[in-house]
Amino acid sequence: MTTLAQRVPSRFLPVLATVALFVLAFGVGSARYDGFASGQVIANLFIDNAFLIVLAAGMTFVILSGGIDLSVGSVVALSTMVTASGLQAGWPVPLVIVAVLLTGSTLGLLMGLVIHKFDIQPFIVTLAGMFLARGLCFLISVESVSIKDRTFRDVATAAIELPGGVTITYNVVIALLVVAAAMYVLHRTRFGRTVYAVGGSESSALLMGLPTTRVKVGVYVISGLCSSLAGLLFSLYMLSGYGLHAVGMELDAIAAVVIGGTLLAGGVGYVLGGLAGVLVLGTIQTLISFQGTLSSWWTKIVIGVLLLVFIAVQRTIVRR
Amino acid sequence: MKNKLLWPLLALVALLLLNLIVTPSFFALRMQDGHLYGGLVDVLKNGAPTLLIALGMTLVIATRGIDLSVGAVAAIAGAVTCVHIGTSGSASTAFAGMAIALVLCAVLGLWNGFLVAGLGIQPIIATLVLMTAGRGVAMLVTEGQIVTVNNTAYRQVGAGFVVLPVSILIALLVLGLVAFVTRRTALGMLIEAVGVNPEASRLAGVRSRTIIWTVYVFAAVCAGIAGLMISSNVSAADANNAGLWIEMDAILAVVIGGTSLAGGRYSLTGTLLGALIIQTLTTTVYTIGVAPEVTLVFKAIVVIAVCLVQAPKARAALSFRKVAVS
Repeated sequence: MTTLAQRVPSRFLPVLATVALFVLAFGVGSARYDGFASGQVIANLFIDNAFLIVLAAGMTFVILSGGIDLSVGSVVALSTMVTASGLQAGWPVPLVIVAVLLTGSTLGLLMGLVIHKFDIQPFIVTLAGMFLARGLCFLISVESVSIKDRTFRDVATAAIELPGGVTITYNVVIALLVVAAAMYVLHRTRFGRTVYAVGGSESSALLMGLPTTRVKVGVYVISGLCSSLAGLLFSLYMLSGYGLHAVGMELDAIAAVVIGGTLLAGGVGYVLGGLAGVLVLGTIQTLISFQGTLSSWWTKIVIGVLLLVFIAVQRTIVRR
Repeated sequence: MKNKLLWPLLALVALLLLNLIVTPSFFALRMQDGHLYGGLVDVLKNGAPTLLIALGMTLVIATRGIDLSVGAVAAIAGAVTCVHIGTSGSASTAFAGMAIALVLCAVLGLWNGFLVAGLGIQPIIATLVLMTAGRGVAMLVTEGQIVTVNNTAYRQVGAGFVVLPVSILIALLVLGLVAFVTRRTALGMLIEAVGVNPEASRLAGVRSRTIIWTVYVFAAVCAGIAGLMISSNVSAADANNAGLWIEMDAILAVVIGGTSLAGGRYSLTGTLLGALIIQTLTTTVYTIGVAPEVTLVFKAIVVIAVCLVQAPKARAALSFRKVAVS
């Protein structure tokens, strides 16, 4: 144990704790229920949470920079709405995808600019963004719009065979690509280093001559882009657009990032932590559905308790 | 201070005038069976829960905190009371149920206070725990059902009248109490001191922790009363939807009223104006005949407009332009 602790830098400990929790939760499930420990159950974790993985990756950028983005759930809903109504109007699929991604990044850009230029708290600005995006959904249509486009449906139902008879969807591939891209940008580029620097101390970063403006606005563009991409994945998953899709998903994304060991004060955390956080949340849901006798509201309680435990643990680590 | 309240006041007046243009009878008040009815009374009645929660939120925000759990706490209060009342129609059961609910809310407030003041966790996160878990707890209490009750005494809280609707009177009473306790004693100044710098005020002999603890308990109790109003108004407890997003409305009301999220100063009059603006906006959208869901777009526009007008940087930019143009 001592050799392990010496080899692993302490900054990785929160992420490792999350991974350990995931393994533990999965182990408990495998021990208690037949058929839990199968490759497909793990694959389903990714299939059912692909959009959340993408959201958590975007949210990690914002939280690392010391901000917060409450608009992501609504942007997901808006993206499903734009997708569904665009396809219904007969737009070609590539045009729809571009329109959705542009909508999300533009919203993110606007929020970032307001936050930075006018010095208004991210909480309030993204709250307004949340209301705006939700309201825009209902401006497009109050009803749910189903997606009937052939190409879109084909992509949504296509299954990719993995060795061992496990199947995944294209959603999972896209989500994992996003995580890889986010890891590259955050850990291997100047932009990523600056995100950490701004989250650690904005004034120090500014005094060091780092481009803080670009980063402070950029993280919201990234989050907006990720949210709209997650919205595309969500419309593939649900095959409909609706203004009440993804209500409260911003909280799931924030919870996943926090459980993944990212400090809300900014400056500390990893993209992989967010992925691990999503997997923990997904495993809890799977556990509760396997148990069968527990009602779905236990999920919320367990997530709350987990949040609490992780925050308390982080707190003690920071104090040391 | 007066200057700060000018913009919210103008926004409110503009909204009310818009209503007057669309529905000329908007300001008409009439007495019927000793009850006062009219457009303005409606705005006040529907705005009472938001106002109550915003009052608690104002004090929390003044200490540089935030309480996201109020909506969940409101849902718990309604759920506990309705489950306690069950099929009983007696007033004493209703009062006992409400008392239990409010005590429970105070305990939940203590819990938030413990996380923030005791463990030193960031308020957003500390209260996010209860926001997430709280709805689950409310569902647990109601066993996932919408619990309906038939109790005249309980109905009075949210739907009763003593000339004016009871809910307005309760909200105004709490507003008066808070204004008296915090502005006529040193408490208000101490709360602001904690918001400016908790450590410095502790060194200066202010009991920062006790004050932080107190404001969270107060916010939770306010949320509890608001939850009783919401549930009593429809004689039912809906764990999922009661008080949904009301924390956001309350925070907006506080911010529109000119209280800074950075803490250190607060305005109760501003919060009253903010809550009224939000409720008038909702009512206006209804009377104009736009789909109620679209209210959110208007809310977003009002929030951004009011925040921009109050932001020092935006003001500077605006006055600079004016000079440049002239």
